[in-house]
Amino acid sequence: MSGYFSEIISGGKSLVVGMSITLKEFFKPKVTLQYPHQTVKMAERFRGHIELIENESGEPNCVACGMCQRACPSGCISLTSKSVEIEVEGKTKKKKVLTSYDLNFTTCSLCGSCVESCNFDAICYSKEYNLASTRKEDFHFDLLKRLKERNS
Amino acid sequence: MSDPIQLRSDETFTLNVGPQHPATHGVLRVKMEMDGEYIFSAETVLGYIHRMHEKMGENRTYAQYLPNLGRLDYLSAMAYNHGYVLAVEKAASIEVPERAEYIRVLTVELNRISSHLVWFGAFIMDLGGFTPLMYAFDDREAILDILEAVTGSRLTYCYHRFGGVYNDVDDDFIEGTKAFIPRMRKALKTYEDLVTKNIILMKRLKGIGPVSAEMCRKYGATGPVARASGINFDVRKNEPYSLYNEFDFDVPVYNECDSYARYMVRMEEMEQSLRIIEQALAKMPEGPIMPKKKPKIIKPPAGDYYQAVEAARGSFGIRIVSDGGKNAYRLKLRSPTYSNMHLFDEACRGMLIADALAFMGSIDLVIPEMDR
Repeated sequence: MSGYFSEIISGGKSLVVGMSITLKEFFKPKVTLQYPHQTVKMAERFRGHIELIENESGEPNCVACGMCQRACPSGCISLTSKSVEIEVEGKTKKKKVLTSYDLNFTTCSLCGSCVESCNFDAICYSKEYNLASTRKEDFHFDLLKRLKERNS
Repeated sequence: MSDPIQLRSDETFTLNVGPQHPATHGVLRVKMEMDGEYIFSAETVLGYIHRMHEKMGENRTYAQYLPNLGRLDYLSAMAYNHGYVLAVEKAASIEVPERAEYIRVLTVELNRISSHLVWFGAFIMDLGGFTPLMYAFDDREAILDILEAVTGSRLTYCYHRFGGVYNDVDDDFIEGTKAFIPRMRKALKTYEDLVTKNIILMKRLKGIGPVSAEMCRKYGATGPVARASGINFDVRKNEPYSLYNEFDFDVPVYNECDSYARYMVRMEEMEQSLRIIEQALAKMPEGPIMPKKKPKIIKPPAGDYYQAVEAARGSFGIRIVSDGGKNAYRLKLRSPTYSNMHLFDEACRGMLIADALAFMGSIDLVIPEMDR
């Protein structure tokens, strides 16, 4: 019988202790962020979808070596290039120029293997995260077009 | 527990829990044969989120398979990455610099705490208390912010690399983690007062879901489930990998075998993880995070390699059979909750359905890891 009453007392005490914590929490400042009106600043290393990096003249840094394409586990990068002849110091050299760079974001798992494998500092992560859409076409990014739009 | 009731197999009906059920935390289906409110038998039906991860391991190169590991157990992705890189490093004999080892231990232990915090919140929510989830997620947010600043993502980190880690940690990480330790200790004290000593929780969990040590051995259960049944087994202690034999930490073991013991094991593990983090921060040397010499394309010599690590839910093992090529010939993943879940059928017979769901929560299920 004494066990019964001591359990009631200790049990009641545990509830009071718990309630006092809840009461203290009641007066603490709010930590909720009012999302559409306030936004979180993305971390420096945030891995969004990829973007092309341009050089001083506004052309992409990319030399179309295709390393990113091969490194991608899900095969979501496809790029095409053509070779053009340019004149450097009086000599004609052949150089690959990027003609298209498509990212199929529907299969991208944001692992970052492409950026890691790039030896020419040609791609980076964007900080964009509001990418929700109901249309599949919205996730097929033409990165070359995006680069031009950014410049204009 | 009350006396075992006599269940009659001639008057049972089938009750489907899941595949879409809030208490199963994912797409798990449990086919229960019920005699009234009591469970006669429970059959676990898997396959609703099968993604052929093992087969993918055979088709992708070793480096390409890295992101997959984070998708097995999305709550403690770091430990799974760690297990895989350790296995491949063992196979291809790659040396890891000391600083990288420390960073790995730090991130894995932080991830273990965040994983246990999710379990804590979700488990109490299964039992009907909503508030602790908010407390737990507030503290977890601090960990996720620290890890996001280092790795670039919040859940599927993909941070460990063969031979080291992807990015070096900065001073913000060190300061943030140092500030986090006292905060977490304070939070653990709050949880103890608010939840652990709560009379309702004790009544709900004590004596519920008895899992004996023999049953654990029979089904191969590991992690907190086995440790709450008196089995002192922790891969970090028994088969030390990485730097774990240099740290001073205890493995909490309980002999009560009930859901409350499993709860206590996890709460104490968080404290032990904090101790490891504290020591790792104090000892962490300067230096490179990647080895100077590393093969560009990983091609392990032909052979059979196995590595086990202690993930948040138990022992995660990975076996790589290599034929000397760029891809693994066979890749077997041994995930802890797959084994832990299978004792559910035997353990829950004769249990009330409300208790069985509390018991299921105490096993800490992550379905994508069980059904990979």
